[in-house]
Amino acid sequence: MAKINLNMITQRAIEEGVAMEKGKTTPDYFEACSIIEMNAEDIKKLGINPNANVRVISESGEVIVKAVVGRQTCYPGLCHIRQGVWANQVVPPRTQSTGEPQYSGFPVTVEPAEYERIKGALELVQGACGLWKGDE
Amino acid sequence: MAKVITGVGCPYCGASCDDIEVTVSDDGTKVLEVKNACAIGNQVFHHASTPGRITSPRLRQPDGTYKEISYEEAIDRAARILVNAKKPLIYGFGSTNCEGMSAAGRVAEKAGAVLDNCASICHGSSFLAIFDNGYPSCTLGEVKNRADVIVYWASNPAHAHPRHMSRYSIFPRGFFTGKGHMGRKIICIDPRVTDTARVADIHLQVQQGHDYELFNAFRTVLHGGDIPDMVAGIPKEKILEAAGIMKKARFGTVFYGMGLCHSDGRNHNVDIAISMTRDLNEFTKWTIMAMRGHYNIAGPGVVWSWQFGFPYCIDMTKRDLVHMNPGETSSVDLAMRDEVDAFVNIGTDAGAHFPIPAVQHLKKHPWITIDPNICMASEISDLHIPVAVVGVETGGVVYRMDNVPIQFKKVVEPAGGILTDEELFDKIYERMCELDQEA
Ligand code: SF4
Repeated sequence: MAKINLNMITQRAIEEGVAMEKGKTTPDYFEACSIIEMNAEDIKKLGINPNANVRVISESGEVIVKAVVGRQTCYPGLCHIRQGVWANQVVPPRTQSTGEPQYSGFPVTVEPAEYERIKGALELVQGACGLWKGDE
Repeated sequence: MAKVITGVGCPYCGASCDDIEVTVSDDGTKVLEVKNACAIGNQVFHHASTPGRITSPRLRQPDGTYKEISYEEAIDRAARILVNAKKPLIYGFGSTNCEGMSAAGRVAEKAGAVLDNCASICHGSSFLAIFDNGYPSCTLGEVKNRADVIVYWASNPAHAHPRHMSRYSIFPRGFFTGKGHMGRKIICIDPRVTDTARVADIHLQVQQGHDYELFNAFRTVLHGGDIPDMVAGIPKEKILEAAGIMKKARFGTVFYGMGLCHSDGRNHNVDIAISMTRDLNEFTKWTIMAMRGHYNIAGPGVVWSWQFGFPYCIDMTKRDLVHMNPGETSSVDLAMRDEVDAFVNIGTDAGAHFPIPAVQHLKKHPWITIDPNICMASEISDLHIPVAVVGVETGGVVYRMDNVPIQFKKVVEPAGGILTDEELFDKIYERMCELDQEA
């Protein structure tokens, strides 16, 4: 299976801002934030079609998201998950002694995961804390 | 008759727009229409009066579900958690007014807590650089009226501060900038082709994490030195062209964002941005400004510097000996080292915005969330206390990204009689004093 190593960043997006104000448990927030934007070349290297699910693995965790090219394009080798619950499953908490986690510029491995399910925000966060009871 | 309220402040991003017009229902309980706000601001006002808001505190039960409790009980529980903890952490304040921040400061001092705000994971690096290197800044009004060259470096206002460009930087016609965007040059420096890059005259697509080198190249050029043919992925000619435009400006402003603070180098990236601004002042007038994320996230820096002498990462566990030492007293570092034994999440969502290992560490101890809405933090806490939405259900003073204070207004009555942040913290403080006396 094709695996690629990318440099990941996470930043705000207007879609994320609007959805977050609507509520982090809404489908809007899920749509806005559970995607990874990467260069079309890198999607090709993975041997998948755009909009297929991928697994993103970092030094501190992993998450399933949908791979898209996106409007605000990345150069080959760079990828972006919008700020929020999905990105923070993989953001390393190291801070270079400043308090600020490594939100921008950390290595991730991306691999196809077409048949894996993207988890919802509550499932990810409650799940990480042993509180997730399954879909109500 | 529906009532139109003008000059309303928007409680979302650091642009802190105060020209919003809100139409409210007859009985003053519902927002009917919002004018002048961007898509996000619009959502903030409408969401606040959507039915189904949580209006009473909720306590986590042994089976994992929440039970509604009274404010009185919630206040008692919060006070007890703070009194019993050795080193509680009170963190957040991205979305509250200065009155709430000040009241929380009193609680933190009484509790011997660590008091920290979202700058800790956002523009904290800027504070460190500003302490070291100064801050040749200005107000957004000066940018609007004077600036003819704007640099957005590692910031993306098209998404993070949607009206920043139209209200302050690119498009408005100011006193000396009557031609609006026709008379301005925009330079965007970002590793992605962002929507901000698309409206810029020049986009330098810097290699992610190499901003420091690029700043260094600009400084070298400004000092009359030569640079390699390619720096940080940018060809020499492009750097010379941009530096030339910057030197010829009548008044320039560098607006920088998270791309500098969140990448390798952190405060050093901001430090060299400030040095470049200083270099530019050899030629003409240049200023620099941090694109602060939330409408009042400049607030805690101002309020607590006045109260305690430090803007963030304030350790009061030694009671009368307050100190600040990011890396040691910063929220994420404290969490990762398991050094705190209670957590108050106020006016933010650490559940969604901290790296998940930090959330897991904090969750080992009592977790209180004070927030108007359901968010990730509220859904993992032991106690959730809803409060009024600042800028919608209560007014107050906020500091815009340029540290200009603005009086925000209340437009509707708080849903279901819920308390404001200030009222809540004052009551927690009183209860802590009572518990002290009982002991
Ligand atoms: S730009 Fe920011 S402050 Fe202005 S309306 Fe939009 S979200 Fe609100």
